[in-house]
Amino acid sequence: MDVMEKIKEQVEGTPVMLYMKGTPDFPQCGFSSRVVQALKAVDAEFESVNVLEEPEVRTNLPRYANWPTFPQLFVGGELIGGCDITVDMYNSGELKQVIDQALGR
Amino acid sequence: MTPAERPNAIRTRLEQALAPCEVDVQDASARHAGHVGARDGRGHFSVTVVSPAFDGQDRITRHRAVYGALSDLMDTDIHALSIRALTPKEKP
Repeated sequence: MDVMEKIKEQVEGTPVMLYMKGTPDFPQCGFSSRVVQALKAVDAEFESVNVLEEPEVRTNLPRYANWPTFPQLFVGGELIGGCDITVDMYNSGELKQVIDQALGR
Repeated sequence: MTPAERPNAIRTRLEQALAPCEVDVQDASARHAGHVGARDGRGHFSVTVVSPAFDGQDRITRHRAVYGALSDLMDTDIHALSIRALTPKEKP
């Protein structure tokens, strides 16, 4: 499958999808780590892809999302943003709202 | 460009693209020296941009505008970028 189709399937088929450096248990980057912390703090069930182990995704996701850096958080198929936006939305309470809505709770 | 020239280059790009009333660029590279992402020599930066151009734009649009202004530097000089993009009214 074409990598762009694979990405589309992942982001549209997963309510909360995080593309990060490392894994939720062993993040390899402070920005990725902070997004994981925010997701855990709102009790989000999420899936993640370690872009350090998926070079094709790492190369092509920025083009797909029109967003040049990692982490990238998608909720309900839409790009929420990177670390700054996610943490900002956590602090304002918006993150919990959009995630609760995406998870149907 | 040497690492010391990067903050000014970032500032100039942001000023040209976004007509900001305020720009602050902090070089956080020293705090990340030796970290995996710092190995290729690109830097970590934190920018605050206050511009009326952000009026009526959501966060994603604002951050894309900042990344867009720095697009060539993202490949050569910037590894990580922390962004605060505010309108003059939102400025604390």
